[in-house]
Amino acid sequence: MLNHSEVPPESISHDNRFDLSTTELKEIAKKLRRHVITMTATAGSGHPGGSLSAADIITALYFKVLRHSPQNPQWPDRDRFILSKGHAAPILYAALAETGYFPVAELETLRKLNSHLQGHADRKFTRGVEMSSGSLGMGLSFAIGVALAARLDSKAYRTYVLLSDGECEEGQTWEAALSAAQFKLDNLTAIVDYNGIQLSGWIRDIMNLEPFTEKWQAFGWHTIDIDGHDFDQILSAYQEAEKIKGKPIVIVAHTIKGKGVSFMENNVAFHGKAPTREEAERALKELK
Amino acid sequence: MAEASTRETYGKTLVELGRQNKDIVVLDADLSPSTMTSFFAREFPDRFFDCGLEEQNMVGIAAGLAASGKIVFVSSFAIFASCRCFDQLRLCLSQPELNVKIVATHGGITVGEDGASHQAIEDLALYCALPGFTVIVPADAIEAAESIRVAASDYGPFYIRLSRPKTPIIYPEGYHFILGKAVTMRQGQDATIIATGIMVAKALEAADVLARQGIDCRVINMHTLKPLDEAVVVKAASETGAIVVAEEHLAQGGLGSRVAQAVAREKPVSMEFVNLGDRYAVSGRAEELLQRYGLTARDIEESVKSVVKRKQHLQAR
Repeated sequence: MLNHSEVPPESISHDNRFDLSTTELKEIAKKLRRHVITMTATAGSGHPGGSLSAADIITALYFKVLRHSPQNPQWPDRDRFILSKGHAAPILYAALAETGYFPVAELETLRKLNSHLQGHADRKFTRGVEMSSGSLGMGLSFAIGVALAARLDSKAYRTYVLLSDGECEEGQTWEAALSAAQFKLDNLTAIVDYNGIQLSGWIRDIMNLEPFTEKWQAFGWHTIDIDGHDFDQILSAYQEAEKIKGKPIVIVAHTIKGKGVSFMENNVAFHGKAPTREEAERALKELK
Repeated sequence: MAEASTRETYGKTLVELGRQNKDIVVLDADLSPSTMTSFFAREFPDRFFDCGLEEQNMVGIAAGLAASGKIVFVSSFAIFASCRCFDQLRLCLSQPELNVKIVATHGGITVGEDGASHQAIEDLALYCALPGFTVIVPADAIEAAESIRVAASDYGPFYIRLSRPKTPIIYPEGYHFILGKAVTMRQGQDATIIATGIMVAKALEAADVLARQGIDCRVINMHTLKPLDEAVVVKAASETGAIVVAEEHLAQGGLGSRVAQAVAREKPVSMEFVNLGDRYAVSGRAEELLQRYGLTARDIEESVKSVVKRKQHLQAR
């Protein structure tokens, strides 16, 4: 198992991409999932379901795809990752800690007074968090601004933004979808964590998004549908995205809410409820 | 009195700033011919982004540009630049304290004929409720230009409210604007009128009339609502013992509320308020509406007389 805290700082280059196999990525994702369980159980609140569904998408980004520099979070040429679904903060914090932005031990302070790990992602408090989120539907707009700045400054960095499926019910998401296409932002990749469940039930029962991929196509985006838990598909989607010219790219990642823990999978209850101590123990056993 | 348009001044000042600093970018929501950001768009097409009728998206894009080192000016009509995107202002600009300047034109009821849907009369309350925001209402075109330059050089989120009609010029060329420092336009001992925006010229007019009637009025231009120059307010309360606050805004949450809070805490004195009360206005010409809704020099004059009477009554007790 890779342990980045053992990597001497001087050996970490700005281009912090690791040469990892799919098997190694799977192990890292499992480790991040364990953090999510422990963090939310310790906090006694939080959103484990949507963190677990995004674990593989985020692992692939932080451990393989992003050019970033945990020792120098403000490195101007870094690729940007924006978490629009701010309630999935635990999985982002886990990835940031395991890549060296801050000590892993601090993860257990999630949601506690004086912690830098706020309940929803907040750029004012946490090293490596590009933007605050929590009110849904805003991250894609911010990402567009970041991508436009790259173009203005002739910089090669790419901007990635992770949306929830539920937040695609927000009108602003579609305002942003229109404008990213209008501005021809081929340096922008959105990923939708399409786990099909929102706070109070199945999306198809509450506010159906289908036909979903077709909507993005109609808005002028290049679309890639993948299994959001298959690393080969995730990585090849990120690679494909880098080659697209003249339009923004959306990866519709079909995922399972609560993925990795049998009793949390597809369970609406774990959208915004932390596991109890006993549930956490069972979950951690499954994630061994 | 000579008149000039604050929004035209804005358009010209933006171009001047754009020439000096290539990090300045401008966003608009399909209103650039009216907000006059069109001047900037013409000269710097690469640094101008028309976001269409997407005010919420526009605020988010502005945040992303600002987080990437740009100085971002965002324009629309005051009503859309406040009510339409308030949650975005809160999460994307106020909480992270990003360097975005919202310069809104068509503030207040002097928008006129377009009617209540287009009249921003709650924008100051909304922006003053956002921690970290600096809120400015220039009194004339000269102050507008000065405040826009200051906004460009000062870090942090700003809201500047401009008007649709031309407004009287009250400052000489060369006037130096100091952020958060109110301007005493006229000294006086009997009462103080604290005004902002278009009401400053009306306050000066009222003070002239009152002077002829033997009432010696101080007039303060409170161009910066937030942070409020509390020192000048307290000094006015101590020295004149009576305060009238005049603004083109609803009664709640604007300059009146902010001044009253400072007065109540530091030096309670009699106060009167000239504003729109708790109601929406209608379509009509700007001057007609100001008459109808009690925002004239005459209304300020009446309020001063009333507050001075109360002050004397209190002193006699």
